[in-house]
Amino acid sequence: MDLPLFRHNRRDRSVAFKEYRSEGGFEALKRAITGMTPAEVQQTVIDSGLRGRGGAGFPTGKKWSFVPRDLPGPRWIICNCDEMEPGTYKDRVLLEHNPYSLIEGMTLACYALGVRHGFIFIRKGYEQAAENLARAIDEAKKEGFLGERILGSEHSIDIDLHLSAGRYICGEETALINALEGKRPNPRQKPPFPAVKGLWAGPTVVNNVETLANIPGIVVRGAAWFKGLSMNPEGAGSKLFCVSGSVKDRACVELPIGIPLADIIDGPCGGMRLGKRFKACIPGGASTQFLTAEHLKVPMDYDPVAKAGSRLGSGGIIVFDQDHCLVEATLNLITFFARESCGWCTPCREGLPYVKEILARIEAGYGKEDDIDILREHIKYLNYSFCALAPGAMAPLDGLLRHFEDEVREHIVKKKCPLKK
Amino acid sequence: MISEELKKSLAERVAGAITPREATVDVMKELQAHYGWLTDEAVGEAASLLGLSPLQVEELATFYEMIYRRPVGKKVIHVCDSISCWCADCDGIIAHLKKRLGVELGGTTADGMYTLLPCACMGRCGDSPAMSVGGTPYGHLTPHLVDEILEKERRA
Repeated sequence: MDLPLFRHNRRDRSVAFKEYRSEGGFEALKRAITGMTPAEVQQTVIDSGLRGRGGAGFPTGKKWSFVPRDLPGPRWIICNCDEMEPGTYKDRVLLEHNPYSLIEGMTLACYALGVRHGFIFIRKGYEQAAENLARAIDEAKKEGFLGERILGSEHSIDIDLHLSAGRYICGEETALINALEGKRPNPRQKPPFPAVKGLWAGPTVVNNVETLANIPGIVVRGAAWFKGLSMNPEGAGSKLFCVSGSVKDRACVELPIGIPLADIIDGPCGGMRLGKRFKACIPGGASTQFLTAEHLKVPMDYDPVAKAGSRLGSGGIIVFDQDHCLVEATLNLITFFARESCGWCTPCREGLPYVKEILARIEAGYGKEDDIDILREHIKYLNYSFCALAPGAMAPLDGLLRHFEDEVREHIVKKKCPLKK
Repeated sequence: MISEELKKSLAERVAGAITPREATVDVMKELQAHYGWLTDEAVGEAASLLGLSPLQVEELATFYEMIYRRPVGKKVIHVCDSISCWCADCDGIIAHLKKRLGVELGGTTADGMYTLLPCACMGRCGDSPAMSVGGTPYGHLTPHLVDEILEKERRA
């Protein structure tokens, strides 16, 4: 199977520029600059069916098409490398092994959208990735693939790095734009959407690392090839899955999108750990709903996972076994979201700590029958928050009550956690 | 007070930004590296370098997890307590760190060496449980490994 993202990876080090180049790297950029119009590049991305790999799964080409072509003044592309969704580490692994696909893909995106200057927003803790990217930018500039007059053409494109300092909310695209401008990273009101009015009030596209790293393959080998990578007919491309929890090998692997959940766990992850049985998993980072043993055959692609009641999200799969208390797991998740809430709007700032308290009470054996109703109400009301953080936080709670209400109830009836020894 | 040299290099960073305040996080990080934490004096210095009011710097300084507005030890330990590390018993690692260092979360050791803080997912879920000490990431933690790391970092 020819999988585009990890194919340049070396075992324990980052691939070198020369190696990437000799394996066909920067051929896509060369082809685009010398033989394709920006509109043709964009059309290829639209035709490929590529969907945003950051979590929301919005079609990338469509997102690009929202940028008005005729507005005067600068426009921007931001690569979102603020990978802070618990359970997600794919972008780090990709960039620690190969920064070049992102640099090439981002340069192609800049070309397609007429952007002169792009930024890569990198979270704190990803210093190795940042170092690799800085090196890759220098090398690409030296070889004429980036900077002034790329490959002798009239196109000039620059990419700069922004090194952040923590906080989950910075990954929300409008908060990210505020952060980049040096403002307090609270989310902004939408509309206007960033594609129309984003960074410094200019049209702005924010794309995830994996999304942009897919662009070179699409441009050089075509939309049909990209669609063909998928394992299910309606899908497109490969997907990076990063697994953690109770599996034998916690692997970060590139697989055809649409691969059944069980094949990821039993394949590259080597199955469950000795003595552990699969109880549930979170398929796409902390803000997605639990999937259970009945979902093991679900194809891991956006629509099938949505049909199963969850989201493909970031591809960060967290696997739980029979000894894990899912009330406590959900409490851990809500604690994360409560702490990471930026405090801007009331439902999120006040609602999350309240939900956390109730779950903590249930876990400690002080839960009441009404608590379940109160939790259900909050799942509804927290949708009225300003951005997607609080609704995302409610996803695992919703999953808990849908699939494991008996376990929650058992805590209340027995006045203790049934899984605590 | 910062040296003329540092001041000059920060001023250059600010001058190279598209708008000065874009450089705020970089400036705060540099000043924090200089003072050990972002002191009141540093907030003032950042403000004048960036052409902002101290309050505008403050609202950024208090937002970011990795900017310290209180004195911290020589090295800050950030120990991840998010879901993947929870699966790998980060609670046991945190309890061990507290015991070994003789501090609660948020505390600094008596010798001023370490400050212990919990942190959000570090993106090292495949290597969980994970922590970072003075910016260096560590994974696959066990109590024994934690002791070794603390010794090594103390000497480094």
